[in-house]
Amino acid sequence: MEIEKIEQEIIDEFELFGKDWESKYEHLIELGKSLPIIDPIYKTDDKLIRGCQSRVWLYSEIVNGKINFSADSDAIITKGLVALVIRVLANHTPDEIINAKLNFINAIGLKEHLSPTRANGLVNMIKQMKMDALALKSKISS
Amino acid sequence: MTQHKIKLDVTKIRSDFPILSREVNGQPLIYFDSGATAQKPRIVIDTLTNYYLHDNANIHRGVHKLSQDITTKYEEARATIQKHLNAQHIHEIVFTCGATDSINLVAATFGKKFIKAGDEIIVSEMEHHSNILPWQMLCEETGATLKVIPINDAGELKMDEFKSMLSNKVKMVAVTHVSNTLGTINPVKEITALAHAVDACVLIDGAQAVPHMKVDVQNIACDFYCFSAHKIYGPTGVGVLYGKENWLNKLPPYRTGGGTIKSVSFNKTIYADLPLKFEAGTPHIEGGIGLAAAINYVNKIGLDTIAAYEHELMEYATEKLSEINGLRLIGTAKNKASVISFFVDGAHPFDIGTILDKQGIAVRTGHHCTQPLMTCYKIPGTIRVSLAFYNTKEEIKKLIDALNKAIKMLN
Ligand SMILES: Cc1ncc(COP(=O)(O)O)c(C=O)c1O
Repeated sequence: MEIEKIEQEIIDEFELFGKDWESKYEHLIELGKSLPIIDPIYKTDDKLIRGCQSRVWLYSEIVNGKINFSADSDAIITKGLVALVIRVLANHTPDEIINAKLNFINAIGLKEHLSPTRANGLVNMIKQMKMDALALKSKISS
Repeated sequence: MTQHKIKLDVTKIRSDFPILSREVNGQPLIYFDSGATAQKPRIVIDTLTNYYLHDNANIHRGVHKLSQDITTKYEEARATIQKHLNAQHIHEIVFTCGATDSINLVAATFGKKFIKAGDEIIVSEMEHHSNILPWQMLCEETGATLKVIPINDAGELKMDEFKSMLSNKVKMVAVTHVSNTLGTINPVKEITALAHAVDACVLIDGAQAVPHMKVDVQNIACDFYCFSAHKIYGPTGVGVLYGKENWLNKLPPYRTGGGTIKSVSFNKTIYADLPLKFEAGTPHIEGGIGLAAAINYVNKIGLDTIAAYEHELMEYATEKLSEINGLRLIGTAKNKASVISFFVDGAHPFDIGTILDKQGIAVRTGHHCTQPLMTCYKIPGTIRVSLAFYNTKEEIKKLIDALNKAIKMLN
């Protein structure tokens, strides 16, 4: 599915919660728990994206021209956010990932987590996913 | 001595702080982050506003009335601080940008003049990064060695180890008065006496002490003492370095420029007397005056009254928090002020902090600029509740409910 379609799917899902922060965060926590955990062999310091408070590990690989991500975080809400971003970006080509705007984060009322001072590592993780996509792209075209 | 315990009228006090009536995420704000920065009473806000409305001029420069009036006010502010810290002389009070700036001033100037390879500088394991990094940099530049006083499980300095570290190689002991992460009140008078016995100089970081207790620098007998205005209900961007006259006289200027001189020529510049020697450029004029307003405000209520009230709040919060399953208090010193740090097993502090925020409760989570301390406790960070005299038991009750809810959601 196209990135923007998946984003819309998530926006529709979150619409159900309306202004109810509690069920929204409960959902995020559930998503965090369901995130396929990164293979421990990749949970190393060089895969670590340092946010100020919560830590995120990210592993990216390319299979048949499309990128797979797996990730983990020591904070469960961060993990939930990471799960959402992965659901949107995984299984897409490097170019699609590089160009993704990820407007859904704002649309579902989680914009506060995108503030660079929020220090949950999400912003840095998105940056890293795009950088990985770029690196993997140059690897297949070389 | 008979002491009349004056009860603090918290409703009245809360009405002095306009921000406390605002909402956050649709809930009344509950502010438990005064250790990061305290809220400001109206009298401080008015002082800043009035400065710009009526008094703005540069100090120490003009013959005109505005300049002379504001110079007088600025110097009166200095006198207020001198009196508040019980410094012997008014020129022992140097205005800086804050505690961090004060420590950098001493590390740079003291370092330049008195530190050489082989010397030792002592800090403690519970220091804020602001009282580690300037000394670490100085050590790297000079070849001196940084030594660290360890702490026990309760978060108290191991004084025996400190004693065994002292020798005539030690040139500086820089220790916090109150820990911003653990709340521990350190025995700074004893530390100073011990350090002086080997002729070491002593700097006390008072950033977390000054808002909560009466500080008497002559009684402590330390050589330097510093704090930030914004943590004692004053403006940001301004702070204080107290230094004993003989030490300040011995130190070279830190930053130089306008305001620091008696005379300048391209061959020779004669620096001004204290404290102007250390106050280069146009200072944070309204900040200094605002700080004095904050100190006067606090003194009108009385620091003894404030300390007693805050202590009662802290005991109450500690008791209630201890009832929560899986909650571990970080910092259980016998002598504590204003700060409660904790960790909940199986829950990341960031997650708890996020859910508390959703409920209108502001706490600090993370390492609180004390990473070496977190390493020592083997945790990624803590949740820190820092109390001020505008907090209430009702707010603590709401915190406990909100915390229980967070733990339930995260499990
Ligand atoms: C113990 C301690 N020292 C120093 C500082 C630094 O203060 P500032 O950032 O105002 O310079 C802080 C601030 O959190 C502190 O808690």
